Amino acid sequence: MNNQAFMAVLRRDLLLAMRRKSEVLTAVFFFVVVAALFPLGIGPELNTLRLVAPGVLWVGALLSSMLALQRLFEADYRDGTLEQMALSPASMPLLISAKLLAHWLVSGVPLVLLAPVLGLQFDLSADALVTLTLALLLGTPILSLVGGIGAALTLGVRGGGVLLSLLVLPLFIPVLVFGAGAVEAQSSGLGAQAHFSILMAMLLPAAFFSPLACAAALRIALE
Amino acid sequence: MLTVSHLSCSRGNKPLFADVSFTLEPGQALHLEGDNGVGKTSLLRIVCGLSPADAGEVRWQGQRIQDSAAAFRSALFYLGHGLSLKEELSALENLLSDAAVAGRALTSAQAMQALARMGLRGREHLPLRVMSQGQKRRTALARLLASQAPLWVLDEPFVALDARAVDGLRALLAAHVAQGGMVLFTSHQPVSLTTTDGATVPVQNYRLRGVA
Repeated sequence: MNNQAFMAVLRRDLLLAMRRKSEVLTAVFFFVVVAALFPLGIGPELNTLRLVAPGVLWVGALLSSMLALQRLFEADYRDGTLEQMALSPASMPLLISAKLLAHWLVSGVPLVLLAPVLGLQFDLSADALVTLTLALLLGTPILSLVGGIGAALTLGVRGGGVLLSLLVLPLFIPVLVFGAGAVEAQSSGLGAQAHFSILMAMLLPAAFFSPLACAAALRIALE
Repeated sequence: MLTVSHLSCSRGNKPLFADVSFTLEPGQALHLEGDNGVGKTSLLRIVCGLSPADAGEVRWQGQRIQDSAAAFRSALFYLGHGLSLKEELSALENLLSDAAVAGRALTSAQAMQALARMGLRGREHLPLRVMSQGQKRRTALARLLASQAPLWVLDEPFVALDARAVDGLRALLAAHVAQGGMVLFTSHQPVSLTTTDGATVPVQNYRLRGVA
C-alpha cells in the first residue's frame, strides 16, 4: 500500500506540473536568462568567463530552485490535499518524499540538462562541462530536500517567501561552495573526486532526514 | 466504536469548548450542531487526529487514536472544508489519485460508476476548474461511494448541493449507517436520514456549546 501511495503522489504531482507548465517554465527560464546575461555583461574575455562560469551557473540554479520552492506545499495546503495525505494510512514521510522527488524531477533535472548547453557560452572545456553537470546532478536534489524543510516550516506564514529565503539560503552555502568548487578543482588538475564525495555525503543524510523533518513540520502547520 | 471523552479545545487564549464526550457505535449517525465559531470544525479535526486537544482523548475500538494511528486512519474517511480536489485534474483523475493516496483500491470503472451515481455522467473528464461549486462538491462526495471506511467524518457535507443531490447524499449516509457504518457530521439544518427503500435511520444530535 505504501508503494502504491508513493507512486500515486509522484504521478499526481508530475501530472499537475504538466498541466501548469507556466509555473515550471518560469523557474527554468529564469535560470536560462541569468546564465545567458552574464557573458553579455562581463564581455568577451574568455579567461574571466571560464573563471566565473561555475559560480554563476550554480548561483543561477540555486535561485531558480528557490523560486519553485515556495509552491512546493502551498497548493496542497490550501485545497486540503495535505490533510488527506496526513490522514492516509501510508507513512507521511514516504508521501512527502514522493513530492520532493517530483519537485526535483520538475525543477532540478531541467537545470542539470541545460547546464552543459549554457556552459558553452562561458567557453568551458568538455571536461569542465561534464564535471559541472555531475556536480549539479548531485547538488540539485540537496537543494530540493533541504529547501523542502524550509517550505514546510514556513507553510501558512504570511510573507513566508522572504522567511523561506532567510532560512534556506544559509543552508545552501555548502552545496554552492562544493558544487562550484568541483569545476575549479577539475580544471586546476586536482580532480573533482573529493568534491563529489562531499556532495554525496550531504545528499545521503538529506535524502533520509528531510522527508521526516518535512512531515513533522507539515503536521504542525496542519494543526 | 468511536469514544470521545472529556475533550476541550482552545484557540489562542480563548477557550472554545470543554468536556465534550460522546460515543458513536456501529450503525449510528451523529449530527453535531452548534453556532458559528463554536468549534465544530475544530472538534472534527481533533477527532480525526489532525489537531491536538487541550485535554481529553479520542479512542477507536478502545485504543487511543495516537497509539493505533494506522488502524484508525484506514478506518476513517474525512471530508473537510478543503475538498482535496485538484483544479487541473479531471474528476476521474482526482478520484483515482485520491483513492491511491488513501490506500483504497479503486478501479477506473468503479470511479466512473461513482461519478455517474453522483450525477456527473459525461463530465468525468472535465477539469475541475470548469465545474461549478456544487459539481465540485459532488465529485468530492463521490469518494464516499468508493470508500470502504466504516467511520465517515463529514464537515458540512450538505453545503452547496441542490435538492436532488441533498436527497442522494442523505440516502447514501442512511445506507452506510444501515450497513453498520458510522457517520459523524455537522450541518446547520435538521437532517433526517432515509434509505432508498423508505426505512428511516435514527440520527442522534449533539449540541456543541461554547465556554462562556
